[in-house]
This record gives sequence, structure tokens and C-alpha cells, in this order.
Amino acid sequence: MEEHLKNSVTDGQEEYVLNIGPQHPSTHGVLRLVASLRGEIVTNIEPHIGYIHRGIEKMCESLTYPQIIHLTDRMDYLSAHINNEAVCLNVEKALEIDIPDRIKVIRTIMAELTRIQSHQLFWATFGMDLGGLTCFFYGLRDREKVLDIFEETCGGRMIVSYNCPGGLMHDIHPGFQKRVKEFIEYFRKTLPEYDQLLTGNVIFRERTMGIGKLTLGEAIAHGITGPTARASGFSCDVRKKEPYSAYDRIKFNEVLFTEGDTYHRYLVRMDEMRQSMDIIEQLIDNIPEGPYAVKMKPIIRLPEGEYYQRVETARGELGVYIISDGNKNPYRVKFRSPNFVNLSVLNMLSKGFKIADLIAISGSLDLIIPDIDR
Amino acid sequence: MSADNFNLEESIRSFDGDAIVTEGKQFTEITVHPEKLMALAMFLRDNSEMGFDFPACVSGVDYGNDLGVVYHLRSTKHNRTIVVKTRVSDRQNPVMESVTPVWPGAEYHEREIFDLFGIRFTNHPDLRRLFLDNSDGYPLRKDYSDDVNIVTK
Repeated sequence: MEEHLKNSVTDGQEEYVLNIGPQHPSTHGVLRLVASLRGEIVTNIEPHIGYIHRGIEKMCESLTYPQIIHLTDRMDYLSAHINNEAVCLNVEKALEIDIPDRIKVIRTIMAELTRIQSHQLFWATFGMDLGGLTCFFYGLRDREKVLDIFEETCGGRMIVSYNCPGGLMHDIHPGFQKRVKEFIEYFRKTLPEYDQLLTGNVIFRERTMGIGKLTLGEAIAHGITGPTARASGFSCDVRKKEPYSAYDRIKFNEVLFTEGDTYHRYLVRMDEMRQSMDIIEQLIDNIPEGPYAVKMKPIIRLPEGEYYQRVETARGELGVYIISDGNKNPYRVKFRSPNFVNLSVLNMLSKGFKIADLIAISGSLDLIIPDIDR
Repeated sequence: MSADNFNLEESIRSFDGDAIVTEGKQFTEITVHPEKLMALAMFLRDNSEMGFDFPACVSGVDYGNDLGVVYHLRSTKHNRTIVVKTRVSDRQNPVMESVTPVWPGAEYHEREIFDLFGIRFTNHPDLRRLFLDNSDGYPLRKDYSDDVNIVTK
């Protein structure tokens, strides 16, 4: 009996390895974390990824540029519209095509709606991870309204594929502006409910404040981007640093905090939803008239060379690196996906915290697994 | 901006005379021998005029005969991007030095390149296959063929 107690996992002296995932509700997909524990304290996290690796970069090498758009939806499916935009912008830059203002404005509105629905789902699942099931229902209820707008205009709800090189697949629905304005009016009223439910909750604050701190220096050295980095004070918003589409003509603030803990990663996303609504309000009444797409050649061939375009998705910086040899398919495509890089700090952040904090930390990184694996 | 870039190119040339510095369509590009990569990486990060502290993207490329790695680096202080390229011609046993000690963010990128291109990085803290645990060959190479899953060259 004594011998048994000595080797027991509860004595806190021996390392105990726990397998979390690949099928686990808090990993939000097929992420497997091998957690080494000493008692309840995490000593090491080793992520095992690749369960949903589809070889998108290899597939791109045998597809044409308009076809590649549809694969990018399937990386970060909550930022589908922004992923499409990244490839389109890169192709348009390579071909030196001027895009009419109407397309730029519609793309920006769509991108911000995408950001709102992504952060809504983050809020819903983050609350659920920490034990507040109400959040899940509230978040999904409101997200549905954005998806309805997408469905009306794009045809798809999540996998929209609305952008194509040279513009948009088709024009916006006649009721688009009205629906978006209705949604903004509605969401301005419901967003304070989110704060009442979760932000001010004592249990929530106890479980997130001071947990998993990421310093500014660590964020930069590890290449962290997006809300995760902005919570640590790293000013990295591509919309500000290298404005694309219509971001150069609108006013909005880059949300920055310096604390870098789980709570502030959450706060960045809450404030970004407000900023996104401001952006949409500035643009929705001023959609210029004009064509919704530029006439392109039936077969798009990029001039020989290398092209790099970055955009700000809901989770950080997506870089699209295309090497073209002048053919209709790219020679090499690399997607620098934000989640892939953000995952790399999970081990560093959760060391020394309890296993329940690991769930809070990985939830606050807002990982989308198909974007990690590609 | 152009005067700024001129300065950048000159100081890189004066640091490493063998490095080929060209003005690309978007960014300044440096082509460097793999053996001199580490010294250049330290210089790019630590020199206050350079200050390239943010590893934006690390990509493996199969150029046909050579295998290469392309680093997109950004300076958060000066808000500029630079591209560093290096390539090895030994396809059987490609080896180059890891830049993970300089930019920790390169760790996962290099593991991915090792997995999909088969380039070994020396001094890498944890060089194991990342996505494909039990696989033969390196799928992102141009000469990879797989009869079962219908991947053509």
C-alpha cells in the first residue's frame, strides 16, 4: 500500500503524461496536446498536429489562381472572406490591375463582418470552455445574423468564396445595406450584454487575469500576430501598417493593451468588434457605383517573379507568398498562417500553470486547427 | 524610402561582400551562402540600423536542382521587410543551419520545411516531422510521386 502511494500520481513528485485530444471539446478541432503534469501543474505541452493536413500548398501547384481561392476558405474557415482577399490582392498586384472603389469598399465591409462573426464565435466558445454555457447560445444566436447576410449575398454561409481575382463573384444583394444596418443596430444593443455576462464576471476574471502572460519581446521574437500580440502591446495590425482595400480611407483605432494575459487577449477581441462596427458604419452608406468585377483574361497567368501579400485576418497576419514561373498555375505557394505561428507559444505560456488554465490559455489564442495544418 | 533602401543595401554589402543584394519588385532581397546565413541573421537582428526582429515567414522552395529556404523578415522599429534567400544543391542530404536561436518563431516553420522538403537544420532544438509522422519522401519536392494518391509532378 505504501509503495503504491509513493508511485501515485497525486504525490506531485513524478511526471504524469496526459493526452488531450485529438477529439476533445476544448481543443476546437483535431489538435492533440500531450501534457506533462506534476500534480496539477503543467510542466510541458507538446502539440501534435497534422490530423487535418490536406496539403493545400501542394494542391495549389496544380490548380489555377481562380481555383486556389476556394482552397483558402478551407484554411481558416472563420476568416474565409479575408483569406480569399489575400490571394486576390496578390494576383491583382502581380498583374498590376486597378480595382474600382466599389469592390474595395464591399470587400472591406465583408471582411469586417467576417471579423465580427469570428470574434462572436470566439466569445461563445471561450465562455463555454470556462464553464459558461449561456455564452455559447448568445454568441451563436448573433452570429447567425451575420451568416444570413453572407448567405443572401454570397450564397455560402461560412465557406463564402465571394472574392475572385479582379473583383467579386457577383454583385451585392439589393437588401444588403439594409440588412447590415439592421444588424449593426441590433448588435450595438447586444454587445453590452456580452460584457455583462462574461467580462465582469468574478469567476471569469479570476480564471483569466494574470494567466499565461506573453511579453512584448516574446511576441515579436516568436512572430505572434493578431489580437494575441496586440494584447501584449505589439502594434502589428496590417490594416494600419500596410493598408489594403479601403482601410486607408477610414478611421479606426488599433486596439492595444500591454498586460498580455488571457483576460486582455479576450478584451482585444471585444473591442475589435466595436471597431469593426465603426468601420462598417463609415462605409455602408457610401458604397460607390460601378462594376463589381474587372474583366479578366479567361486564363490568368502571373508574370514570372515572386509576390508576397499580407492581410489581417481575425487571428493575425496571413501572408501569401506566390512564386510564379509564368504559367497558369503557381510554381510554389506558401501560406503563412497566423494560427500555425501562434500555436508555437502555447507551451511557453502554459508552463507552470494548472491544467484548467491550459484550457483558458489555448482558448484565448483562438486556434483554428485547419489553418495550422493547411 | 529609396535613399533609405540604398543605405540598407550598402551596409549589407559591407558586412558580407559575397552576399548578392538585389532590389526586388517588392522588397530588398539578399542571396547568401548557407554557411554564412547564421552570421548574417545575427547581423540583421542585432544591428540597430537593421533591427529585423520579427520572423514573418519562412518558406521552403524546390528550385528543381537546388532546395532553398526563403526568409521574410520584418523590422518592427523601421517597419520594413527584407527577404533572405539561401539554397543548397545536395538533394540527397541537404543541411543548413537553423535560425531558431536568432528568431524563436522560426522553429515551427523549420520543422515544417524538414517535414515537407527534407532539409535538415543543424542546432534546431526539436527537429522532428511535424505533420506526417509515418511517411516516406518529402511531398512538397517537385520530384515526389505517389501512385496511390494521384499526385503528379
